[in-house]
Amino acid sequence: MAQHTLAVLVENSPGVLARVASLFSRRGYNIDSLAVGPTEDPKVSRMTIVLNLEGHALDQVSAQLFKLVNVIGIQEMKESGSRQRELLFVKVAAKRSEIESLIGGIPAEIVDERDGSCIIQAVASNKDLAELVKKLEKFGIRELVQSGAIAIEFGAKTLAEQTAIETGLATSDTHQQTQDYQN
Amino acid sequence: MSNEITGAQSLVRALEEAGVDVMFGIPGGAILPAYDPIYDSKIRHILVRHEQGAGHAATGYAQVTGKAGVCIATSGPGATNLVTPLADAHMDSVPVVAITGQVPAPAIGTDAFQEADIRGITMPVTKHNYLITDPADIPRAISEAFYIANSGRPGPVLVDIAKDALQKMTTFSYPKRAELRGYRPQIEPNSESIKDAAALIAQSSKPVFYIGGGVIKANAAKDLLKLAEVVGAPVVTTLMARGAFPDSHPQHLGMPGMHGTVAAVTALQKADLLITLGARFDDRVTGKLSTFAVNAKVIHADIDPAEIGKNRYADVPVIGDLGPTIRALVPAVEAEFKKNKPDLTTWWRQMNSLRTTYPLGYNEPSDGSLSPQYVIERIGQLTGPDAVYVAGVGQHQMWASQFIKYEKPRTWLNSGGLGTMGYAVPAAMGAKVGLPDTPVWAIDGDGCFQMTNQELVTCALNNIPIKVAIINNESLGMVRQWQTLFYQGRYSNTDLNSKRVPDFAKLAEAMGCVGLLCESKGDVDRIIKEANAINDAPVVVDFSVHRDAMVWPMVAAGTSNDDIMIAREMAPDWDSQEL
Ligand SMILES: Cc1ncc(C[n+]2csc(CCOP(=O)(O)OP(=O)(O)O)c2C)c(N)n1
Ligand SMILES: [Mg+2]
Repeated sequence: MAQHTLAVLVENSPGVLARVASLFSRRGYNIDSLAVGPTEDPKVSRMTIVLNLEGHALDQVSAQLFKLVNVIGIQEMKESGSRQRELLFVKVAAKRSEIESLIGGIPAEIVDERDGSCIIQAVASNKDLAELVKKLEKFGIRELVQSGAIAIEFGAKTLAEQTAIETGLATSDTHQQTQDYQN
Repeated sequence: MSNEITGAQSLVRALEEAGVDVMFGIPGGAILPAYDPIYDSKIRHILVRHEQGAGHAATGYAQVTGKAGVCIATSGPGATNLVTPLADAHMDSVPVVAITGQVPAPAIGTDAFQEADIRGITMPVTKHNYLITDPADIPRAISEAFYIANSGRPGPVLVDIAKDALQKMTTFSYPKRAELRGYRPQIEPNSESIKDAAALIAQSSKPVFYIGGGVIKANAAKDLLKLAEVVGAPVVTTLMARGAFPDSHPQHLGMPGMHGTVAAVTALQKADLLITLGARFDDRVTGKLSTFAVNAKVIHADIDPAEIGKNRYADVPVIGDLGPTIRALVPAVEAEFKKNKPDLTTWWRQMNSLRTTYPLGYNEPSDGSLSPQYVIERIGQLTGPDAVYVAGVGQHQMWASQFIKYEKPRTWLNSGGLGTMGYAVPAAMGAKVGLPDTPVWAIDGDGCFQMTNQELVTCALNNIPIKVAIINNESLGMVRQWQTLFYQGRYSNTDLNSKRVPDFAKLAEAMGCVGLLCESKGDVDRIIKEANAINDAPVVVDFSVHRDAMVWPMVAAGTSNDDIMIAREMAPDWDSQEL
């Protein structure tokens, strides 16, 4: 088992998140995290899905996802070729002075302090965030909230361009609906 | 504005534009606005007695015609009654378009009267579905629904339409070509994979064609015949593919799987190459997967990329429509065979020995009662290979797949993937509507029949003269067979007591059909001929058969195909076979 990150472009239509969630649940795939948000194209949303599975199962998951009519394109975000980040808020029972030195090394800041409690905001990889949390544990973690990962591939090419080429959308018009497929 | 019409009128016009000639349904509050323009439409609407019947009828219609079948229901219970047939069509890749009414948009989410989230409920059992709240979206949704249902790997699509969208005014514009950004089935196979497949075929000395229902959906039976004869390999046809390759063809070894022939099951097990066309390595075919065809390489051709590698690794995947795929394979294999044509003599000697030693057969009951297999065999022989045969689910289904000889695609209909009891009568009704001049026999069980027989009323009143053979073994026979074999004959809740209650012949008469009873072998031919001669009313024949007959051969669920049994506690004599 290994962790994989998939970037999935979906049509911005109602129910699309439910379709993806339903697919994962009925096929028994476990999601570690899922983040959905807008893209440069207002008609398209992007999901970033982090999941744990055997290598060969990844093709199967992608193929099943791609069967959803609202899924436009899918690409694996490999660790070496992409940037992947999560956002963390953590409320600890400590004073600013006690924790300030611990949060160096990653982009993190203390964004609130009152009544002997601090909120730390950090943007980092899953692994670095886990390390930070570990360091803070000794103060007592009162509340923790963490986003799913989002990821982007290095280089000039975009995911929309990439998937358009891979799926033939950019080149062929043979998939246009024709009268043949009507009854 | 004069060219404004209601959403309901827009819906019916869109269905007309989509080429719909018939639909099966029941009205109700939320869909009622649509029934007003249906009243004037040239589309034939058949009023069924249960929405499940509408769904299976749409499926039967689609399976014989190759065109999407259409069913229509109201919100809430009307829509939920469609769930079983939609799941059934989804498992067997049948193009069906279901239209449901929904409560008015402002009421959605309020637990309004007869509200059910049918889009949410059917998400996992449809290829795609829609909830329409704006009347302007109706024509596009209908156009897309037919395109999605009919293209690629076919499947059911549901269009749920809020009542107020049906009532509001809109303008009509039907998109004949709609671009779906996320849906682009691959039709043409990749030429490299065709070459790789042909090369594997030319290296194989024990190849088998493993044929699934996809060949029928792709209308590729003729192409398959050509390819099979060029390659010269044995052919097996799965439960969904019966009729894709003629049973009379010398290369045909029959059906593989749980109740397959010894030759077909063994061919897959011992093969060095599976030429898999439109099949999906279902557990009922593979038996215990880890012991399935362990020495075989796999060519897997399918239009659905998600089938590749789902259950079994494919050495050569070929994604595309099976028509172009098989047509491309023929010259590719011929070219390879010019360089090297493997000798299949030994392989054929082994297969022929299995097929002659272990043909399909059955023992007549010793007490003189009717043998169910005999009845089914005679129906096939006396009605011929041009008729359509539609089975329920159970022992009678397996016997109908074994003892009726299929020569042509789309003549054998059954619920293969979901195994839906109650499928036969309504699916036969839909098939008969699709092919009014073709005899349609439902081969049903006494259990299955009692789930959906009310559609015989629909048949009687709408001049849909189907024929139904009830193979009445007074029990849920298939379950009883498992109790015999695996539960020490403890027949918990499988006795239907249906020898006289219900009186099937009288029940048939009450529903406006001809009802006949057959209890002895001597009457079988006469009664089948009598039923075949009736064309102005549905006919139901209650064949009172021996209740202990069992389906053989059998690979018990979860066991290996290597452990196939030809009768109770009787394995083939492998030592006498040269394998
Ligand atoms: C809707 C549904 N419920 C239950 C089953 C489980 N089941 C499979 S076969 C069978 C018995 C069918 O009895 P019958 O129609 O009399 O056919 P027979 O096996 O006796 O030929 C049952 C209950 C099913 N397949 N479908
Ligand atoms: Mg029975």
